[in-house]
Amino acid sequence: MDIITMIIAALFSQNFVLVQFLGICPFLGVSKKIDSALGMGIAVTAVMVLTCLVTYPIYAYVLIPLKIQYLYILVFILVIASLVQMLEMFLKKFSPGLYSSLGIYLPLVTTNCAILGIAKTVTATVSEGAIVSMAFSLGGAVLSGLLYGLGFTLAIVLLAGLRSKVDKLNIAKPLRGFPITLITACFMAMAFYVFTLVA
Amino acid sequence: MNFKKIKNLALDGLVKQNPTFKLVLGTCPTLALTTAATSSFGMGIAVTAVLIFSNIIISLLRNIIPDKVRIPCFIVIIATFVTIVELAMNKFLPDLYDSLGVFLPLIVVNCLILGRAEAFASKNPVLDSALDGLFMGLGFTAALTLMGIVRELLSSASIFGIQLWDPTVFSIKFFGSSAGAFLTYGVFIALFTVCYNAIENKARRASAQKALAKEAE
Repeated sequence: MDIITMIIAALFSQNFVLVQFLGICPFLGVSKKIDSALGMGIAVTAVMVLTCLVTYPIYAYVLIPLKIQYLYILVFILVIASLVQMLEMFLKKFSPGLYSSLGIYLPLVTTNCAILGIAKTVTATVSEGAIVSMAFSLGGAVLSGLLYGLGFTLAIVLLAGLRSKVDKLNIAKPLRGFPITLITACFMAMAFYVFTLVA
Repeated sequence: MNFKKIKNLALDGLVKQNPTFKLVLGTCPTLALTTAATSSFGMGIAVTAVLIFSNIIISLLRNIIPDKVRIPCFIVIIATFVTIVELAMNKFLPDLYDSLGVFLPLIVVNCLILGRAEAFASKNPVLDSALDGLFMGLGFTAALTLMGIVRELLSSASIFGIQLWDPTVFSIKFFGSSAGAFLTYGVFIALFTVCYNAIENKARRASAQKALAKEAE
């Protein structure tokens, strides 16, 4: 796959949040301020890259040879949960500054559907005939983790920017909170939809 | 376990604490699968099944699981039931399995299930937890199906796959798209809030009047 096509797909036309609806909970929950949205985005991107790096070999070299692919949900969720826990401990020990700014988002990332979603997406390509091209190799898996993570960051930071303006307006009472956020996201999704037509 | 308790659990799950419109939990499948009524109903039932069984098991083990590692324990229990539901659906309902796609394994990380495990099942006896799972699941199913019906009707003029009129005469494709999902969900939450507040105010006024009447006596 052409790398530019891959970048456009991950950031816009196949955007995890606005097109595939993965990771909506943090998208709605942690998008009040741009700073926290950026922190969440970076945490998700980092965990996505790590997840791809670990789950892809586990699926290709452990689950498939043992013919226990059907256990992938259990294995992936355990691997991801322990991975996030380890990352948290590592940051706490070696980079307290980074920990204080990103640490609070890490536990939330474990139960983010975007993480399990990317693991499922990159490993689904293995079971369908194991074609060795860039998108299906380990490097491709890690790259797509990074790009989809950046797509998530882009969407959540943009929404936080919009919300910081929208929340100051005088909005009808029943629309305050989630409804107006969802309607804002609706207009963002429309803008991103244009890229699906291009691609 | 008496009738009043069951009624309260039912009211909580379906209306007062409705997971979709009130708590806004499990939003990913709500947005992604409500393009058609069938897939939203199927998703609702799958979530309900997982919720009931995981609530029962977690409630049974609530005194055994150590407090510090409860979240990983809950996740493993939930993942087991999701695997069972996924394998069963793959075998018996392959069409539904295909239409749910990646969102079927993602039930594991549905905040609704983990939320109920943490907030209810880990503190309450088995029967209560099972009923809580049932009614929360039904509230989720009802909300998803309602949204699915509206979106399917507007975008392709059909309900549960049954064509009602010619879609070339009147249909709004927008409601089938991702932007339409966000808009429908937002409008639904707003409408639910309006209706809920109106009913609650009415009930409050009625009880206040009753109290006044009692005082006058």
